[in-house]
Parts: sequence; C-alpha cells; structure tokens
Amino acid sequence: MHLSTHWLADTVGLPAGTGTEELTAALLRVGFEVEGVHAVPATEGPLVVGTVSTIQELTGLKKPIRFCTVDVGPGNGPHGSDDPRGIICGATNFDVGDTVVVALPGAVLPGGFEIASRTTYGHISDGMICSVRELGIGTEHDGILVLGPIAPPGTDPRQLIGADDAVIELAITPDRGYALSVRGLAREMAAAFDVPFTDPAGRPLAERPAGGWPVTIDDPVGCGRFVTVRVEGIDPSASSPFWLRRRLSAAGIRSISLAVDVTNYVMVDLGQPLHAFDAGRLTGPITVRRAAGGESLVTLDGAKRTLVADDIVVTDESGPISLAGVMGGESTEISSTTSTVVIEAAYWDPTAIARTARRHRLPSEASRRFERAVDPAVAAVAAEAAAELLVRYGGGSIVGRSDFLGDALPRNDIGLPLGEPERLAGRPYDPATVSRRLQQVGCTVRAGTDGRVADVLTVTPPSWRPDLTRPADLVEEVARLEGYDSIPSVLPQAPAGRGLTPGQRRERLIAADLTSAGLTEVLSFPFIGEADLDGLGLGSDDVRRRAVALRNPLDADRRLMRTTLLPGLLDTVLRNISRGTRDLLVFEIGSVFLPRTNAPRPPDAPIDRKPDAATLATLDAALPNQPVHLAVVLAGAVDRAGWWGPGRGAGWAEAVEIVRRVGRMAGTELRLVAADQAPWHPGRCAGIRVGDWPVGYAGELAPAVIERLGLPPRTAAVEIDLDALPDRRTPVAPVISPYPPVHLDVAVVVDTGVRAADVTQALRDGGGELLESVRLFDVYQGDQVGAGRKSLAFALIVRAPDRTLTAADATAVRDAAVAAAADRVGAILRG
Amino acid sequence: MSTPAATSDHPSPTDAAGVEAAAVTALAAIAAAPDLDALKAARLAHAGDRSPLAMANRAIADLPKADKASAGRGIGQARSRVNAALGAREAELVAERDSRVLADEAVDVTLPYDRQPAGSPHPISTMRSRIGDVFIAMGWEIAEGPELETEWFNFDALNFAKDHPARAMQDSFYVAGPVGATSSAPSGYPDGGPDTGLVLRTHTSPVQVRSMLERQPPLYVICPGRVYRTDELDATHTPVFHQVEGLAIDRHLSMAHLKGTLDHFARAMFGAQSRTRLRPSYFPFTEPSAEMDVYFPDKKGGAGWVEWGGCGMVDPNVLLACGLDPDEWSGFAFGMGIERTLQFRNQIPDMRDLVEGDVRFTAAFGSEI
Repeated sequence: MHLSTHWLADTVGLPAGTGTEELTAALLRVGFEVEGVHAVPATEGPLVVGTVSTIQELTGLKKPIRFCTVDVGPGNGPHGSDDPRGIICGATNFDVGDTVVVALPGAVLPGGFEIASRTTYGHISDGMICSVRELGIGTEHDGILVLGPIAPPGTDPRQLIGADDAVIELAITPDRGYALSVRGLAREMAAAFDVPFTDPAGRPLAERPAGGWPVTIDDPVGCGRFVTVRVEGIDPSASSPFWLRRRLSAAGIRSISLAVDVTNYVMVDLGQPLHAFDAGRLTGPITVRRAAGGESLVTLDGAKRTLVADDIVVTDESGPISLAGVMGGESTEISSTTSTVVIEAAYWDPTAIARTARRHRLPSEASRRFERAVDPAVAAVAAEAAAELLVRYGGGSIVGRSDFLGDALPRNDIGLPLGEPERLAGRPYDPATVSRRLQQVGCTVRAGTDGRVADVLTVTPPSWRPDLTRPADLVEEVARLEGYDSIPSVLPQAPAGRGLTPGQRRERLIAADLTSAGLTEVLSFPFIGEADLDGLGLGSDDVRRRAVALRNPLDADRRLMRTTLLPGLLDTVLRNISRGTRDLLVFEIGSVFLPRTNAPRPPDAPIDRKPDAATLATLDAALPNQPVHLAVVLAGAVDRAGWWGPGRGAGWAEAVEIVRRVGRMAGTELRLVAADQAPWHPGRCAGIRVGDWPVGYAGELAPAVIERLGLPPRTAAVEIDLDALPDRRTPVAPVISPYPPVHLDVAVVVDTGVRAADVTQALRDGGGELLESVRLFDVYQGDQVGAGRKSLAFALIVRAPDRTLTAADATAVRDAAVAAAADRVGAILRG
Repeated sequence: MSTPAATSDHPSPTDAAGVEAAAVTALAAIAAAPDLDALKAARLAHAGDRSPLAMANRAIADLPKADKASAGRGIGQARSRVNAALGAREAELVAERDSRVLADEAVDVTLPYDRQPAGSPHPISTMRSRIGDVFIAMGWEIAEGPELETEWFNFDALNFAKDHPARAMQDSFYVAGPVGATSSAPSGYPDGGPDTGLVLRTHTSPVQVRSMLERQPPLYVICPGRVYRTDELDATHTPVFHQVEGLAIDRHLSMAHLKGTLDHFARAMFGAQSRTRLRPSYFPFTEPSAEMDVYFPDKKGGAGWVEWGGCGMVDPNVLLACGLDPDEWSGFAFGMGIERTLQFRNQIPDMRDLVEGDVRFTAAFGSEI
C-alpha cells in the first residue's frame, strides 16, 4: 500500500507539526511495517500560481513556440511590480485564462535546474511555465501542467500540486484488509495520535431510483453484496483532473481514462474495488454465478482464461463478462467512445477470490483487497462516490442504483471480560481506555445494561474488521494502540526440566567425537535426483530408489527427498575438491525420507478440538519414515605426510574406525560383518549390526563409483541409522583386578577366508573369564604359512580378580583359547 | 700377618706424611678427572681396595697399639676427604653430562605437526546447541519433530485457513503423490501429482503442536530444526534453513513473560546490553502478534536494532486444536532463523557460505560461536 501523506491529511486532521517522520513512527508503532518513504523532490525558491494573460504564437521556427504573458500575482511581476511576466513556452496545451505553475527567476527545480531571466527567440523569458515532470510530482511531460482555477495568481502552489507530498510504502499484514485504503489508515492514525476521526464513508447515501442495472445473484454465498450505479451522458473525451491523476500516481496506479481512474481512486480512498462496464456493450441483464466448466473469458490484459466451476463470474446474455473480484473482461471494457457506464461495487467471498486469483495467477489490486475481505457496508457509498466524480468531471447524470444485499453484513458480538486485556498483555488497562481504544477502531462497546461497568464488555466489531471475532483479537487492538512498549518484561519460572533427551545427548556426543577426530560437519540440502542414485550405482530394485517426490521442486533434476545422506555429502566433497581442498573428512547428521508402503492419505482432522487418537495416529502414519542418519565420507589423507614422514590415505580401515568411535559414543557394540552393498566396494564393505539387526555400512566406495564421480582413490564412506541404535544402558562398574597380569603372545594359522573377528571371538570364548583381553596385532601371509593361509598374532592378557596367576595357570588359559579357535575356525598354533 | 719395619728411606704408609701425600695425590687426580670415565679410574686408583689409603688402613693393624689410634684418625680423615671430593666431582660431571645431552637433543619446536586435520562442527549446529543450552538452563526442554509434515500439523492446527493469504505467504514445497510409488514425475498431473496433504514443514511450529498434543501443560519447550520455503538460493535466502521456536503454555502467562524471555535470550546471545522490542504484526498462530527487534551492541557499523523474529500469544484456535482450554491456559511463542542470527551476529554477508559446506568456512568457526 502506497500512502500519500497529502491524501491522508485530507482525510484525518492530525496534530499540527506531524511530519513524515512522526507518521512513519506512528505507523510502525501500531503495526504497519514501513518499507520505504518517497518524498517528492523539493523545488527551491519562488514558485507561484499564474494565470495566462496573453499568448503570441511565434512563427517561422522549426517547432511551435509561444511567447506568453502570465499574471503571477501582486508584487511578483518584473522588478517587484504587479505586471505580468513574459515567458517563452514550447508547450501548446493551454489557453488564455488557464491557471499554470510558474517558476520565477531564482527558483531551482528538482534536479538542480536553475531558472533565470534570459533572452530567447527575441524575447525576454522571465520565468518558466512548468510541466508535471519538471516539478518532480509525476512523469507526465506531454505539455505543461494546467490546473483548474484553484487559487489566485501569486499563491504558492506547492501544497496544491502535492510538491510537498511524500509516499509511505507499507506492508499490510493479511488480517488487515481495511488498511489497504486511505480510509482505513486514516482511522489508524487518528487512533495512534488519539485525535477524532470522521469516517469519509459515513456520509448519507443519496436517494436514487432503482435502476443501476438488472441483476440476478445466483450465488449468494460467493456474492454477499452487488451494487450497480448507472451514469449516462458522459463526455467520452473528458479526462481526469490533475489532482486525481496525481493521487493515483502517488498510489502507484497508472491513469487510464476518467471512468477507470475514478473507480481506482475510490478503491484506494475507501478500500472498495469497483468495476466500470461500458453499458453500451452489455447484453441484457447481469447474472452472478459460478462458471460452468469449459467457459472462457478474455480478461482486460488480453489473455484468454479458461474458467473452472469454482470461479465466480459476472455474466450477461453473452456469457462471462468479468472474473469476479479479480479482473474485468475485454468485451465490456470502457473505450474512447463510452458514454454510459455501469459501476459495480460488490462484496465477494474472500476464499473464492483467493482461489481464483491463485488459480489464474492473477493477483490484482482488486483481488488483493477482496481476498482480505472488504467492508461490505461501504459498497453503495463507494459506487456513489465514483459516480459523482464521473459526473463532476465527465458530465452526464446518475440514472439509478440497484443494491443486492445478502448476508455479508451480520456480525456477532464479542463478550470481552474486563480482565482479559491484562491476562494476555500482562499489564492493567482501565476499562475506559479499553472502551476508547475499541471505539477508535470502529467497535461499538456496551458496558452493562444499567450504566454500571459490567465485568464483561459487549463489543460489536465494525463491518470492515472481520478479523475481530474473539476476545484475544480485541486485546491485540487495545495493547497495540496503548503501545507494546508499555508492557513490562518479566521472566517466567519454568518447572524444573529434564535436560537433553538421551537421543539429543548421543547426537551431540557423536558430533563432538567426530570433530575431535578431525572431521568437519556438513549440512547439505536433502534434495536429490535419479542421477545421484545412478551415480551411486544403486540397482533398479534398490529400496533407496523409493523416494518421496516434490510437486514443486526448485530444480527438476533434484525433485526427490534423500533416502541416503551420501549424495549430498559426496556433492559437498566434490565442491570442496573443485575449490582446491584435497583432503576431505566430512560428516552429516540428518533425516532421510523413506516412504511407507500403503501409507494412508492424511485424514481431515478437526481444528476446533483435539483430534481423537485414531485420527492422530493416521496423520502420523501418512508421513514417510524419517530416521536420523549419520554419514561420513573420508577422501584423501587421514594422516598427512610431512617432515615426520609419509602420511596415510583414507581407506576401508578408517571407515571401520569411525564405526568403532560411534559405537563407543552410543554405548552400543556395533558388530561388523562382511557385506555387499552399493555404493561400497563389494570386497571392502562392512555391514554394521546391532545384534543381528543391520544398522548401516562402512568401507571403501566401489572403484566404479569413485571413477564416475571423480573422487580421490580409495574414498571411504559410512552411513548409519542412528535411530536404529538402542538406548544406552546405564553402565555398571567393572571389577578392576589389583593382581599382576600375565602377557602372552600367540600366533595361529587359519585359511585366508576366515574372519579375524571369528578367530578373536573363539579365543575369547575359549580363554574364559581369566582371559582379560585379546588384541590382534599382526597379520602375516607368505611362504612361511603357505598359500591360502594366514597367520594372525594376538596379544593375550591373562589375569584373575582374586589372586596372582602362575605361569601354569596362564598357559592353561592360552591352550584353552587356542583349542577353541582350532575347534571353531580350524586354527593351528603357529610353532 | 707382618709388615716390614718402617725405615727412614721408606716412610711408613701409615705415618702422617705418607697419608697426606696419598690424599693430595688422590685429590689432584679427582679434580683433574675431565669426565665420568676418568673419575671412575681415579676412584679405583685412589679409593679402591688397592689404593694407597686403603692399604694404609689395612696396615694400621700392624702398628704398635699406641700408634693405632692416631694413625687410624689420620687415615680416616684422609679417606673422608677423598670420598667427599669424589662425590662432589661426580655430581659436577653428571650435571655437565646431563646438560650436554639436553643441548644435543634440542629441536626446532616451531616445526608444524599437523598430521591430523582439524575438524569442526557446522556453525549452525554450534549455534543451535548454544541456544538449546540457554533454554535448558531455564528448565525448558528441546522438542523435535519430522521435517516432512502433514498440512494439518503445518497449517490447519496453526490456524491457517485453507485459502487464507497467509498460507501463500509461506511458499511451501508440496509432496507429489502417490508417495514413493515412483521417483519419476507422474504424468497427467500438470502440478506434478495429486494433492497428498503433505508438505516440507515451513516452520518448526508443527513441533509445538505435537508437544501440546503429547504432554499436559505447564509446557516450556524450544523447537530447533530444519525448515523449507521455495526461495531460490542467493545471498540472503535459502530454500532450506533452520529455525528455533519457543513455546510456553502455563496458567497466567502473558506478553510480559514473552518479553522477559526474549530479553533474557537476547542478553545470552548478544551481551548484557542487549534487549528486545516488539512491534504489532500478524501471524495466524498468535494473537496478539508481534515482530521482534533485538538491540545488538556489536552490530556492524554501530550498535542498533536488528529484526530478529516473530512472536506473540498462542492463538486461542491453536490451543483448541490441541485440546487446551484457552480460558484456562495461555501461552506465548516466538521464532527466529538461525542462519539470519548467524549472519548479523557473526558478520556473514553471503548466505551461500552457510549452505555450501566449504570446510574452510566451517573450520574458521572452531567449536564455539
């Protein structure tokens, strides 16, 4: 909304000295965000109203030039005389007797254009007759500004022409449709400055004979009011007066024709969008109804709109002639020959207009107002105001008025408990203040029937405030007009809390541990595409290809929600590599989106009460499963080369090490098994298990994936479903034996296919309770053990909790351990 | 055992002069020992079993009884002097050797040892934790919920009417249907599929609704998390960003408590001088509603007010949808963007730096914000 301070000042009497700064501060204070202030650039020095006395056309020149004498008022003539001044002018759009604006020598127009006496075309030009553009009050420059006889010569015209105007650009919140008008904002400012306000729409309505236009309303739900006023005998060549054009321009609306301009003017002034039909192009009576499927309409912008059954249309016998509340039709548009006009002022169902405007992608000045609900009471006043302006500037007469009034008007009273403002705002307001503030916004307030102050105020909101329906809405009005800054600051005392949840603690621990291990956290966008999944080499039946798709993705190639964190993470790695970073150790913790099979459609749930348990359960069942995953990518060196010697590149072992760290932070043993899962290297991929439950994978990426994506060789990755990890159990203190340990090394030979984890487990099981720890420290393959065999060397620690073991005790433990390994995995003690 | 009689040519090793001579020789040798090896040789020669003083000591046994005492005293004193000198010299030589070893082992300690790359949490996560800690300290709890939501939780329960312009204010990503049936665009639907009633949440407010449905008041929670709007990525917008919202429901909560909470939060984030101010505004889920500015003492270009978020008293319709009686319970809610907070607080001119995951950017923040 562009608010002209001039227009505002014409509508409400604000305290003397209220400048633009005070206005913007007041607007902000009561809830209107100021997006910009555009002041008309100033003209310095003598600027006066003049009356053209004589015009002499100069001949023999390449373009028309006039030498005029202009009465510029007493004392403003040459040498301080009362005589007219001679002025050379290149414009021809004025006659003797016209009132114009003259910049006298010494004046400086916007842009620094200094006016001085000078001799030109053989005459002394003693000033300048100005155009709208030269005065900085608009863009018109097809002639000089000709005013009506609005002031005697010599008057300072700045105020008259709006040279001291400023336009305040406001963001109007969707609940305050009434503020999309000067009327609405003037009322707000009257309240903000606590001054009286006279509603410009409050004037009595002229009596008219019925006879706007014959109208049938077939859709009283969509159309709550429909007023028509017919004006005939208009001079089609009549144009809008300067003041009207200037106000429209200040409001950001282009001047089109008198009939259109007056409708737009009244819309900005009173907030009621109007539409003007050329009565000569109407075919029979008007019917308001919902469109029939397949109907179409060419709107004023020249576009052919295919209508759907939900659109409300104004029709005549020719079919739809206007898309109600959104845009008029071309077939009945005002033209340069229009002499009879039917002005429509309607109240449309906000929801229907919002849907239609969105469906046809046609946000208009009218639809913006209708979808926020206009004042249904103002329709007739607005139509009359436009008709009167049309008659005043275009001649002709008002034929009659028709008014269909449905049930747009009835409003319910609100009972406002007197304590409610304090309960919600946290400071007391005396009842008189509450009443006064509510009356200022247009409410009728009744406090008890017998004159006593009742405990409850009965409040009838005004017709332009459909947003006021509950006590809380009224409290906001009182609180904002009394000032939010008057509300005290009090810290509430919450009951004692439980701190972070176990899951939240676990996430923090894992993230902190990984960063201290040298990994950097990444938060990538969760949008992926088929190409990303192809890049990972996922099979056509891979479950991760079942993804949630977006209807309106920003990038059509990334219309899926991720089912794995790896694409985003690998993307980030590649971006970093392209920017010159070589070694990338990164992780991400975030949701993936896994569709459920046979998910129900979300049911319609109530909003006026808590939905029942079954409905809530179905709402949740409609959602995809969204577990939190952890993913890690290790690319390049995990241990850098340096003066100390060579470094070490990432590989499967580092990925496995990450799993061990995560397990430790989660307080869960994460078991590793050999696995074959894209995008990992089939021989270097560990499946991660909790018990027998798979929770993720770790290892090197498959060489084909690495090559396809352009990753460093041996890039390794991990992905774990953190939500699948069990809750940490409260740890129980171990028994720490004070007795000395016996250290024994043992090497066993097994087939190369035997997993180290199985040998370790066998030793552990065989060694029993006295075997405190088993640690594999060497793996050997070669001639000494023969082809197809490998030697695994373990360091054993044997210790008892209650005594010092003898060498014989320890040897017995070792032998039992090796025996179990021999039994289970065919291990042979290496001699 | 017998000892030859002393003669004038061969003074007895036990007489005073002989003992003194042996002691002087020993002390000279000890003092002259240049290193621990030489000292070891001197110890053997002058204090060992076969040294003159040791031999003299043994010879005391053969002296006449009357001389034994004085000879014993003289020899004992001489041996003490020699042993003391040995000890002192050894200490000197050990110290010399030790300091030489330390000098030899000296290295250039400024050699960089950066074998293990340094890691960092993302500044958004750090900020999120920090905000969480501020509220945890007040007894609040952290609530979380799904990023992909039903429209009921994201809009309906929060008092967004079906066709209210407020719904269009938040440009949402809608989910195409049928969910998961295929990953390619369903044909025959110009909009990408039939209405599924599912959206990527446009704010974390659905978590507030879930909290109210799951627990009984009093309820004091913050809801941090990732949210989505259909803005193209540029210097000040991102389609995927993070919010933190707060919700308190209790008896007798008012806007004064909202202000108190926000002021405390502002001081925790921006310093003791900070505070907030409210401007009337509109949100479907609060009434009264306000925009909130924070006074930021360290603002780039000078202390001043910065738009920080929105807030208000929980709308009665929201309470009703969550099964709470608006006459019994009241509450307030507020929300702000984590990226935006980081942008003005930590002077990040370009939003893209926060979303692209350049490790150089993240590393610069370290582990605290």
